[in-house]
Amino acid sequence: MPIDWFPLWLSLRVATISTVLALVIGLALAWLLANREFRGKEILDAAVTLPLVLPPTVLGYYLLVVLGRNSPVGKIYEWLFGEPLVFSWQAAVVAALFHSTPLLVKSARAAFESVDRSYERAARTLGASELRLFWRVTLPLARRSILAAAALAFARSLGDFGVTLMIAGNIPGRTQTVALAIFDAVEGGNGKAARVLVLIISGVALAVLSVANRLTSSPYGPRQTAL
Amino acid sequence: MIEARIRKQFPPGQESAAFSLDVDFKAEAGITVLFGPSGAGKTLTLDSIAGFVRPDEGRILLDDEILFDGASGVHLAPRVRRCGYVFQNYALFPHMTLRENLEFAVERVPRLERHRKVAEMLEKFHLAEVSGRRPYELSGGQKQRCSIARALIGSARLLLLDEPTRGLDAPLRAELYAVLRQVRQEFEIPTLLVTHDFEECLELADEMLVVRDGRLVQSGTPRKVFEHPANVDVARLLGVYNLLPIEILGLDPGRNVSRLRYQSFELAGPYFPGRLIGDRVWLCIRPDALRVMPKNGRPGTNQMPATLVRAVEKLERVRLEFAGDIAVEMPRPEFGKYQSVKDWVIEFPSSGLRIL
Repeated sequence: MPIDWFPLWLSLRVATISTVLALVIGLALAWLLANREFRGKEILDAAVTLPLVLPPTVLGYYLLVVLGRNSPVGKIYEWLFGEPLVFSWQAAVVAALFHSTPLLVKSARAAFESVDRSYERAARTLGASELRLFWRVTLPLARRSILAAAALAFARSLGDFGVTLMIAGNIPGRTQTVALAIFDAVEGGNGKAARVLVLIISGVALAVLSVANRLTSSPYGPRQTAL
Repeated sequence: MIEARIRKQFPPGQESAAFSLDVDFKAEAGITVLFGPSGAGKTLTLDSIAGFVRPDEGRILLDDEILFDGASGVHLAPRVRRCGYVFQNYALFPHMTLRENLEFAVERVPRLERHRKVAEMLEKFHLAEVSGRRPYELSGGQKQRCSIARALIGSARLLLLDEPTRGLDAPLRAELYAVLRQVRQEFEIPTLLVTHDFEECLELADEMLVVRDGRLVQSGTPRKVFEHPANVDVARLLGVYNLLPIEILGLDPGRNVSRLRYQSFELAGPYFPGRLIGDRVWLCIRPDALRVMPKNGRPGTNQMPATLVRAVEKLERVRLEFAGDIAVEMPRPEFGKYQSVKDWVIEFPSSGLRIL
């Protein structure tokens, strides 16, 4: 039986898009949690973490309810793009997003908080606006940790199974990602396809991890401290 | 000129007692040192002026601009205050070169002007040759100069330094003092420097403000503070005086004498106006104002027998520490003869004794 490469490309595409989106959403949330005091901060923090601990089916169920064709969000999406969100490859992006964003928020928040406060204070006394402070000081100093977190988020996006199955389905050639394809291959007795895909995904994950590890080692001289 | 009246309360926390800051001072161009023990509120004062901390009440004026006013609710953001702040760790941005660190502070200035300013500062602070290096490639002195140059480049109206010499070795300290003197000369702005080192006040301060427990307890030139500490706490902070608890036994204004008791020992002093017999006060005397000699027969007037606890060698003098927390300094050669002597007498001068 020939190997169908579509799931691999789909997974890479889904993981790439979801990582980019997760970076945007994750950085904004992380910055908010690290720098601002507001009512409901604890609740937001908990809500962001929730997808990490919820069973994928539960999360998938919620997403189905919120994004389904009869929900307001689903209707708006359908009106905008002319087709339903659920059971499309875009839904797989959403699934991957919910899988990876919590991880990114956690790491990015820790990275922002680990930037020595005196750098930020210094930037402020030197006339920097909060936006410039973020782009020129906080983000560059936290850059490596954040890139490492993004790499992990990418690897995690590649591997989502449950949530994708719930909201994107398992439609070969349309929404079947690698994780689902491997499951189908094993079920259908296509051992060779399963083995090849498993090896490729393992290789990609390993490569991404080693990049992440290299990124988290110290960038500025022997020690990254202000002294 | 900076004028500040700052009040801030901190309720007691789980691991900290309640604290309140209440200071009121003015500082002209030149170096004003905030001197006091750690936890006195010195850094909090700087942070209030820089705008990191919002006081509860008060008013901070810098060159007639209101930075903070409790009554009308004005509280300018740090970035519009134009207060240069030199942090204890310098806080140079590690991902930027020295030049980029300076440019960051003048990014809104037009390009040509910016170039000129950066070049001028690099020149002034002897940094031109290393301007392309990152902070971790710089020596301590270069980092120091760079952080001061960066704080000043955006036409700062005030320079704030938070314990700039903490953890520095002697040559680096001396280098910083030289730079600060240069700043005093070339930039006519007030400089506020926090320290708990009295030597540093003597070295730098045009004016010193002694802060303790959130209050300003004395101000004046270091010399004046040194010669006339306002109270026993200030004298103790200076770290140079012998402070002995004494009781006044007799006062005779006619003959300008007094009788004082320290522990079981009686000594004669000058008349102290405004004091009463029975007052318990502190005798404040410098270690080099006392004379000591090995005990030999009966002690004479104002000579108190004392046991030597240890002798600390200094550069030119020896500091003899006696039981009862009295220290006396004497020239080294003189002490050499009496190395092994344990029992001494301390002679108090009868004039020039000061009580607090």
